[in-house]
Amino acid sequence: MKILIKHGTVIDPYNKINGQYDILIDEGKIVKVAKDIKEKASKTIEANGKIVCPGFIDLHVHLREPGREDKETIKTGTKAAIKGGFTAVACMPNTTPSCDSESVVNFIKEKAKKSGYAKVFPIGTLTKNREGKELSEMAELKRSGCVAVSEDGDSVEDNFIMRQACDYAKTFELTVFVHCEDKKLSENGVMNEGFMSTKLGLKGIPNKSESIVIQRDIEIAELTDVKMHICHLSTREGVELIKNAKKRGLQISAEVTPHHLSLTDEACAQYDTNTKMNPPLRTKEDIKALKKALKEGIIDIIATDHAPHLESEKDVEFDNAPFGIIGLETAFCVCKKELVDTEDITMQELIEKLTVNPAAIIGIDPPALTEGSSADITIIDPEKTWVYEKKDIVSKSKNSPFIGEKFKGKVETVLVNGKIIMEEGLFI
Amino acid sequence: MEKIKKTNIIWDKKDLLGLEELSAGEIELILKTAISFKEISERSIKKVPALRGKTIAHLFLEPSTRTRISFELAAKRLSADTIGISGSGSSILKGETMRDTAQNIEAMKVDMIILRHSASGSAHILAKNLKAGVINAGDGCHEHPTQALLDMFTIKEKLGAIKGKKVSIIGDIKHSRVARSNIIGLCKLGAEVTVCAPKTLMPIEIEKMGCKRTYSLEEAMRSADVINVLRLQKERQKKGLLPTIREYIEEYGVTLQKVEKFCKKNIVIMHPGPINRGIEMSQDVADSDKAVILEQVTNGIAIRMAVMFLLSQYKQK
Repeated sequence: MKILIKHGTVIDPYNKINGQYDILIDEGKIVKVAKDIKEKASKTIEANGKIVCPGFIDLHVHLREPGREDKETIKTGTKAAIKGGFTAVACMPNTTPSCDSESVVNFIKEKAKKSGYAKVFPIGTLTKNREGKELSEMAELKRSGCVAVSEDGDSVEDNFIMRQACDYAKTFELTVFVHCEDKKLSENGVMNEGFMSTKLGLKGIPNKSESIVIQRDIEIAELTDVKMHICHLSTREGVELIKNAKKRGLQISAEVTPHHLSLTDEACAQYDTNTKMNPPLRTKEDIKALKKALKEGIIDIIATDHAPHLESEKDVEFDNAPFGIIGLETAFCVCKKELVDTEDITMQELIEKLTVNPAAIIGIDPPALTEGSSADITIIDPEKTWVYEKKDIVSKSKNSPFIGEKFKGKVETVLVNGKIIMEEGLFI
Repeated sequence: MEKIKKTNIIWDKKDLLGLEELSAGEIELILKTAISFKEISERSIKKVPALRGKTIAHLFLEPSTRTRISFELAAKRLSADTIGISGSGSSILKGETMRDTAQNIEAMKVDMIILRHSASGSAHILAKNLKAGVINAGDGCHEHPTQALLDMFTIKEKLGAIKGKKVSIIGDIKHSRVARSNIIGLCKLGAEVTVCAPKTLMPIEIEKMGCKRTYSLEEAMRSADVINVLRLQKERQKKGLLPTIREYIEEYGVTLQKVEKFCKKNIVIMHPGPINRGIEMSQDVADSDKAVILEQVTNGIAIRMAVMFLLSQYKQK
């Protein structure tokens, strides 16, 4: 089936295109990008005034399947991805069982193929069952389709094991995704350590609890020559360390979440457990440093750390609630509001951090609107205003601090492999 | 009761969650209201019909003796019917969430809930979910408003005013809800507050709450009109915050010798209780005529009666 996208403002950071073009799609591929394509298509999408760009890729998503299908499934998680303009997600291995064997990888791939709306790239564990003790079978993980390895919500505490794991990952050219946190230093902390934690009487997690391990991991990366990706950077101290590491020529990349770019620990004032996540919401100074780092390329990508939790789990005392919020459906709009509308970065830069850069980190084909490439396309109405309402959330969980927020700019239509998955906000 | 009506009460709050939410005027109102209620406890028939027909639930999910008894006596002296629910006797341990328990209690048409809970913010969460009034009787390390109110009431009784007085709070500031509520309340009424603790027991950026901070007990005692000494939980040592209790006593224990050496002659010494005699405060200080610890306990009932009465006024609207 031929699909023609007409008159859209095409933003393709990979090919450095930013202008009005038509795009013709056939048999799942982009066959032509040009001004005013005359060819007949069986379906025409009028995109005048809309942004047409490659589908976004989120490298940090918790799909919860297998194990916690009550919170999210591969089906619902990838549906939420599409709603937010993401045509591919990389899923973290903290499932039950954890993703440390070919059988779990195959299970995820099968499920994604059968019921997934978006493409799914599994991330395997760094150590067996994420216990930080023995190395996982990374050759098998790579062979079965893992794009990276990670200990996810934990740092490998033992420096010796961390070194071995990174050496072993390097053997198979696997990128290591690291959650940098000294759990001893942030012991029982539930929010950022600072005036707000003092005022609210909640236990704080200091910035240094993140930066101390970032520095450790940078040293290990240098020692082992492994490609390392720092997950959900939240502190200005971390920014400085990564800046230096990049200067030293190390293969370090970093991500930041939309919520760490937009909310501070002041959001915790009413003990709303949807403001409880790890790393915690920090301060204005941290946001300022993160935005600057994003602009300067010290931070490479935006990833959501989409972490679904049940309402019943979140509807408890702040101390007892699980960490994490969902983020796929709001990521683009939050970033547009906090970064583009404020002129911290351009729309093209934002799209780059959601497409080309994440693809490079996991070594997949660059998402681009090039003739011959897979037609994974997101179409956005940048002017449309809307309110993020609980009833409209397609993720199985509803744990978002952005509920009730008004946004300008909405993901309207998404194609994966040349197939329209969502059109004008409605799933086909 | 006539007196109270004359003070022209304007109270528009369903709950008392903390002193953070109150204006200076509202704090003054509670203190003023408590004066009238204090007299009731001096009578031979210690009861007025102010809350007759009202039901008050005491939901105490953390061990507490004096605060619970104080609230219960306050409720009874106002003629309210009371029920007590403690952590071990409630459904909380059977997997019911606090909100479920509270909503069930509310479904039984309870008018007011007094909550003591180990998690900061629990009273806020409860208040948001209930139509009944909620009084925070201590939530984690956050606030303990009625304790601070009774401390302020006692200071006012002893010194005639709060404005301009120097109050030093000494001890485990980091884990103390009493300290936080006192800092907030005293600052709102114009007192100069100093907090004193070793750095391991001092919360970060506490001075942004409007108080001064010192690690020196001598400094905290020197110009103070009032010292309020906090209980030291012995488990702080095991958690690595203190080397030994012995050293804590040496550096931060309030002894008569230190009081005589550093404090003003007419110093007022307070303690929210229960005291670890010989640790944060020596026996001779606790029993000295400078200590007003038992008066604080007596005043606690008057303050809690005042708060319950004011909250019930809101309900009547």
